[in-house]
Amino acid sequence: MGKVIIETKHLTKKYTVGEVDVHALRDVSLQVKEGEFVAIMGASGSGKSTFMNIIGCLDQPSSGDYFLDGVLTSKLNKNEYAEIRNQKIGFVFQGFNLLSRTTAIENVELPLMYDRQHRIKNPRQKAIEVLNRVGLGDRLDHVPNQLSGGQQQRVAIARALVNEPSLILADEPTGNLDSRTSVEVFGLFQQLNSEGITIVLVTHERDFANFARRIVELRDGKVKNDFMIQNPLIALDELAKLNQMEMPNEV
Amino acid sequence: MKFKNILMAAVKSILKSRMRSLLTTLGIIIGVAAVIVMVSIGAGAQQQVEQQIASLGSNLLIIFPGASNTGGVNRGAGSINRFTMDDVNMLKDNSTYIKAISPVVRAGAQVIGGSGNWNTSILGVSPEYLDIRSWVLESGEFFTNKDVVARMKVCVLGSEVKKNLFPGSDPIGELIRIRNVPFKVIGVLAEKGQSAMGTNNDDLILAPSSSVLDRLSGGRYINFIQASATRLDQMSKAQEELRQIMRESHHLHDGEDDDFTIRNQADLTDAATATTKVLTLLLGSVAAVSLIVGGIGIMNIMLVSVTERTREIGIRLSIGARASDILVQFLTEAIILSLSGGMIGIFLALGIAYVLNNYSSQPAVIQPAVILISFGFSGAVGVFFGFYPARKAANLNPIDALRYE
Repeated sequence: MGKVIIETKHLTKKYTVGEVDVHALRDVSLQVKEGEFVAIMGASGSGKSTFMNIIGCLDQPSSGDYFLDGVLTSKLNKNEYAEIRNQKIGFVFQGFNLLSRTTAIENVELPLMYDRQHRIKNPRQKAIEVLNRVGLGDRLDHVPNQLSGGQQQRVAIARALVNEPSLILADEPTGNLDSRTSVEVFGLFQQLNSEGITIVLVTHERDFANFARRIVELRDGKVKNDFMIQNPLIALDELAKLNQMEMPNEV
Repeated sequence: MKFKNILMAAVKSILKSRMRSLLTTLGIIIGVAAVIVMVSIGAGAQQQVEQQIASLGSNLLIIFPGASNTGGVNRGAGSINRFTMDDVNMLKDNSTYIKAISPVVRAGAQVIGGSGNWNTSILGVSPEYLDIRSWVLESGEFFTNKDVVARMKVCVLGSEVKKNLFPGSDPIGELIRIRNVPFKVIGVLAEKGQSAMGTNNDDLILAPSSSVLDRLSGGRYINFIQASATRLDQMSKAQEELRQIMRESHHLHDGEDDDFTIRNQADLTDAATATTKVLTLLLGSVAAVSLIVGGIGIMNIMLVSVTERTREIGIRLSIGARASDILVQFLTEAIILSLSGGMIGIFLALGIAYVLNNYSSQPAVIQPAVILISFGFSGAVGVFFGFYPARKAANLNPIDALRYE
């Protein structure tokens, strides 16, 4: 395993709701190395979304330090935050969050439009390339409501990949999908991970968490469990099993 | 984001909701069209007035009796009607900036002749009068100095009088009776139309001043004096000269107020154009208010749009858009909306002006400057009213925006 890509030290996050202080995170210290595939689990209210928002540079911790790729993020300003989101992080959301009435290819191109250094010279070509990589080469000009949920999530993954980020963050990426499509999406994540991309995802389903290689369990804003999975499920095998189960029914 | 991409994104999002975009721009369309049409109508009216005044003879000077400064010594009734031919002759002999000068003796009378009778005003003038007013004869001839000296009972009819007394026949050489005094018609004036001051320059009879003084007004006082300056740019010099001569003629000492008033046509022009300018300003500002209301419409819709697109803003922020990118995006949309509204408004105004000029009596003079200004103003409205919603969008918190349903 390579260098540390995510490092949090004594991370806390406090919200004030009315007059009550809610501690979403209490003293979370964690390291994620390059090339890892981490599933963050926990019941709702365990602080996993807050944790994702902070490591995704969408939110700032109340106290504690967060180093992304060795950079202390709490020292950065809003524009630098935006640049980190653009360059280092690819987001995948539960609700896909694609721009409606906008074609797949334009959705995927969008992060490149906000790259002020224009690192990728030909955005259109790059967008086609990543859409091919997620298996949507034949759906380039479809708008989101012409695509199935699984396909929409693939577009979202392509969008997350297009800027060649060092980290992909997925917040309940299969929450809106049926189990078969979910397995397919996890297959895609496993494929990307095997190509060396670091993935951190939030899920509350144990079955899906087993596709990852490490599980971090949060409870009440604290790390309760943190362990490696010795034999992660292989999505391709699971799909094959699903196919076998369906076969007799169809005949 | 590159400028081209910003523009394309803005145009795309405007086209996504065509009907709403059209309704939004409607306020600007109407506002811009109203400003241009109103100002053009004002300019048309101004041009009309200027033309009418120019037709009066623009280097005209009129000397009225009576003190111009009534705050001083009260000269009483004696100050009225105290011009005589002596004043006229004195002015004629001593002025250097004056091309022509004529007394005007006015008498109202019932005129009988030809096929009927008609009440009109008779002006006793000198032969130069025609030149001073830059009027032309339709037929016949004007009287001469000889006629004036000899107090000939000759007259020239205005076209209105001719129409009423001699409908369809030639009055030249005919006799008409003015207060029972027979006058021979020697000419007819060409039709002039209503003057800018509201008097009808066709409903009058011109006759030698001496004859009118003798036979009709029965006195030696003349009502006012009209003169024309040699050159338009020497109007004020001519006016000052006339004033000095008149003061001398009336034996006014230093420190005494003038017992007469000199008005020049330039004053009249100024007054009339000032009036129409105020009118134009009034019309224009009422229209400008509608343009501002249109801008508020844009702000309203943009605010709705920001709320409606909160999620989109959240997505854009989460994939790396800066607050400034969002600001520019929404501001660009507002400006494109208002500028395209301005553009359509200009074409609408051109259409309305075309209809007015061709199918109505009210001319509309479209000035390019007005088009440019109102177009620029519509752009400014877009910036001004687009800024607040755009800033609201840019300041959204990405997490809240993403969670927004």
